[in-house]
Amino acid sequence: MSARPVNQALAQEFGLSGEEYAKVLAIMGRTPTLTELGVFSVMWSEHCSYKSSRVWLKQLPTKAPWVIHGPGENAGVVDIGDGLAAIFKMESHNHPSFIEPYQGAATGVGGILRDVFTMGARPIANLNALRFGRPENPHTKRIVDGVVRGIGGYGNCVGVPTVGGEIDFHSAYDGNPLVNAMTVGIAPTDRIFLSAAAGVGNPVVYVGSKTGRDGIHGATMASAEFGANSEEKRPTVQVGDPFTEKLLIEACLELMATDAIVAIQDMGAAGLTSSSVEMAGKGGVGIELDLDAVPQRETGMTAYEMMLSESQERMLIVLRPDRAEQARAIFAKWELDFAVIGRITDTGRIVVRHQGTVEADIALAPLADEAPLYTRPTAETAKQPILNAARLDNRHGLADALLMLVGCPDLCSRAWVWDQYDSTIGGQTVKRPGAADAAVVRIEGLDRALALTTDCTPRYCAADAEAGGAQAVAEAWRNLTAVGARPLAITDNMNFGNPEKPEVMGQFAAAIRGMSQACRVLDFPVVSGNVSLYNETEGRPILPTPAIGGLGVLEEAARAVGLALGPWLDLVLIGETKGWLGQSLWLREIAGKEEGAPPPVDLAAERRNGDFVRGQIEAGRVRACHDVSDGGLLVAVAEMAMAGGTGARLSAGPRDVPGHAFWFGEDQGRYVLAVTDSAATIAAAEAAGVPAIRLGYSGGEDLTLPDGGTISVKALRDAHERFFPAWMDAPSG
Amino acid sequence: MNAAIVLFPGINRERDMAIALEQSSGHKPRMLWHTETDLSGIDLVVLPGGFSYGDYLRCGAMAAQSPVMGAVRDFVARGGYVLGVCNGFQILTEAGILPGALLRNAALRFLSRDCHLRVERADTVYASRYRRGEVFRAPMAHGDGNYFADDATLDRLEGEKLIAFRYATPAGEITEAANHNGSARNIAGIYSPNLRVLGLMPHPEDLIDPLMGGTDGKPLFDGLCSALAA
Repeated sequence: MSARPVNQALAQEFGLSGEEYAKVLAIMGRTPTLTELGVFSVMWSEHCSYKSSRVWLKQLPTKAPWVIHGPGENAGVVDIGDGLAAIFKMESHNHPSFIEPYQGAATGVGGILRDVFTMGARPIANLNALRFGRPENPHTKRIVDGVVRGIGGYGNCVGVPTVGGEIDFHSAYDGNPLVNAMTVGIAPTDRIFLSAAAGVGNPVVYVGSKTGRDGIHGATMASAEFGANSEEKRPTVQVGDPFTEKLLIEACLELMATDAIVAIQDMGAAGLTSSSVEMAGKGGVGIELDLDAVPQRETGMTAYEMMLSESQERMLIVLRPDRAEQARAIFAKWELDFAVIGRITDTGRIVVRHQGTVEADIALAPLADEAPLYTRPTAETAKQPILNAARLDNRHGLADALLMLVGCPDLCSRAWVWDQYDSTIGGQTVKRPGAADAAVVRIEGLDRALALTTDCTPRYCAADAEAGGAQAVAEAWRNLTAVGARPLAITDNMNFGNPEKPEVMGQFAAAIRGMSQACRVLDFPVVSGNVSLYNETEGRPILPTPAIGGLGVLEEAARAVGLALGPWLDLVLIGETKGWLGQSLWLREIAGKEEGAPPPVDLAAERRNGDFVRGQIEAGRVRACHDVSDGGLLVAVAEMAMAGGTGARLSAGPRDVPGHAFWFGEDQGRYVLAVTDSAATIAAAEAAGVPAIRLGYSGGEDLTLPDGGTISVKALRDAHERFFPAWMDAPSG
Repeated sequence: MNAAIVLFPGINRERDMAIALEQSSGHKPRMLWHTETDLSGIDLVVLPGGFSYGDYLRCGAMAAQSPVMGAVRDFVARGGYVLGVCNGFQILTEAGILPGALLRNAALRFLSRDCHLRVERADTVYASRYRRGEVFRAPMAHGDGNYFADDATLDRLEGEKLIAFRYATPAGEITEAANHNGSARNIAGIYSPNLRVLGLMPHPEDLIDPLMGGTDGKPLFDGLCSALAA
């Protein structure tokens, strides 16, 4: 590779456009070296530079009194009370997970963990939002198996509980699954570590695993579409080592308890390049690296290879010079590599030396400031008509339709998946996966708990990205509310197709618009995030998928409510039901159509309804609560019945809404509450201006439906639990 | 009672164990780095769960060669109490302190779910707060918990009544369906001949608080701590 001449052809191979390469030449005032070209190409890749998305991301609200650090740091930081901060972020590992599902997903978990503990937090929970192709697609089973094993293999070993997430299936993900991993950690508010380097002469220290040739140009690969020969890109996928990550967590947290660290950042995408460039750039200083000192796993590595390697489990630290030996001893105890590989300078340049030669010498300011920034053309997706529920063919009774829905891939039990993730380690998991609308994890030693969720409904976003963007934020807020938590902030993982296509960029811009509106009305700012573009295979984009990771706080963990229904309770529906069937799962699974406008989100009503529900939970008046989302009201009640092993008897809905639309419509802003006194709940709701009606009551072993149909909870569970084991554990043909 | 939790690189359930021991004894256990060899003054050694050395060779195989394990062997020979949970149980078998081995789960997948354990004898320091035949719930979280030993060893364990707990239905029946990981004779935990060493796969330490779904595991620690405090 070092024999290749550096020219426009090579720049293009590295993913730089002709215009971008011309800019490189202007900044350098000469032809760059191979290493320099490598540095520019990864720093200016879509993955690292956000060049297509930055103009839109700026619209998102990022501030609130409880936000300590918004976007721009390794992860977002919010104040959760008691002198503690929650540090969290979600990040995609989509492209690697298609090429090599196990390692792609595993290193996705590893990478997001490092983003969080690099700021001083002990990770306390992992979540993941996954989208896969159709189950009938022959590749899907292998990808699901590998991704689930990879997430479990990494998360279980590092000892961070995996407590929640979501899984959807759709043909649009056939060639491009999405793996979005989220980590949440806790740190004292006065012990948060940032990445801006400082202190001329301070040592730059490399810790963790040795550097190998894995993952070179991973960031570039993540910034391009797949062709038919994507398997050839397997060498760009990194290999994870969760054991080393666990040691790295403990060693870093031990070092962070001292005053040795000036700045710290993990080596993620674009490895040593991005960490050194970003740390020095943020600090407004220069940095010198001596690659001879870099711990190497292979012999004969070039400067180019070392600077672009994405070997995992590595961190870059700027230390106080008088603490270097103390730090060295900590890493020796944990049997991790520790090497001083450079120092901070006042030159404003990054200078990279290897075997007596200067391999790169680049001014940092233009590398950052003159990075490409595109306002790409956008095209609006045509709005779809609002469906008239009364005109839709309704051949199935409620019972048949319900059984089909609770058993369909998008709604069936995920127990097969959760069983492979350690959700109890740490001993603080109050609500495990499936027990509540959001996971609830207590802070060790305190009454306080965090509520965590991930949400997005891509089929809504495909039909109307603005409504879908608002809906994703609103659903995260609703899920946190449904356990009784006060929603604080979100992290967003924007997964879209090729931004050079106006319709894709239009989806992106519209989703940001919808998200921004929802964030503003719900006081639910974005504090961190990640953008993954070029999610296309052979020209087919994924559904627009702005995945939202939501975080909320409960002052008292004991007040958290789950969705399990107990006997002899009244069921009350909060929120208005018009019977919205456009883009509903009923429409897709029962009527066989994917069409119509998705349900709109009335953000004012969303807020009013949610604040009311949270107040009822805080007052101790709610025994179980479940938001109404995919599949509609009857699916929500059935999920509560299955979780609690208790049946229910439901009354007829209002006369002005057709039965199938009332029970399966996906109108937003709704919750089902199980309470002891529905009259009191409904009176309180009326006083708060919140729609509320009694649905029926719980008890017995059957779900008795208003059209006379009856299903036993056991039959529901059988239908609900069948899909995954039957699909995944069946012998491969 | 002076308890010590051994920290091998890659162990990750030491905090859960420390919370359980402190809740039942009122004392914080000592954390013992794997290179230490001095166990003087210690009444109970705990080998906690996790992935020592990443489980990269064979679960527990490398930890079993740690300096501390020589001291643990002597401690056992002197009649010391040792509790090994999950990876700790695997280390005890790899070190030859308990017989048998823990193989990959029969389904070849990691399993994280609650299981039910039937108490096979209650006249030990570990099980004294349960009744013989009682069933309690505990989370399991392992990929390699499938207990294996040859028939002669299994017969001896049964004959000498050294089986501590078996996977059972909530009603206490020993069935194949209740045997989540495929263990020989549904064995979830075993004792040393002097009943002072216990190895088990599930995690009673993660079910000691009603907020986390129950307190089924608490009697094990209450019984152990009060017996060793006396």
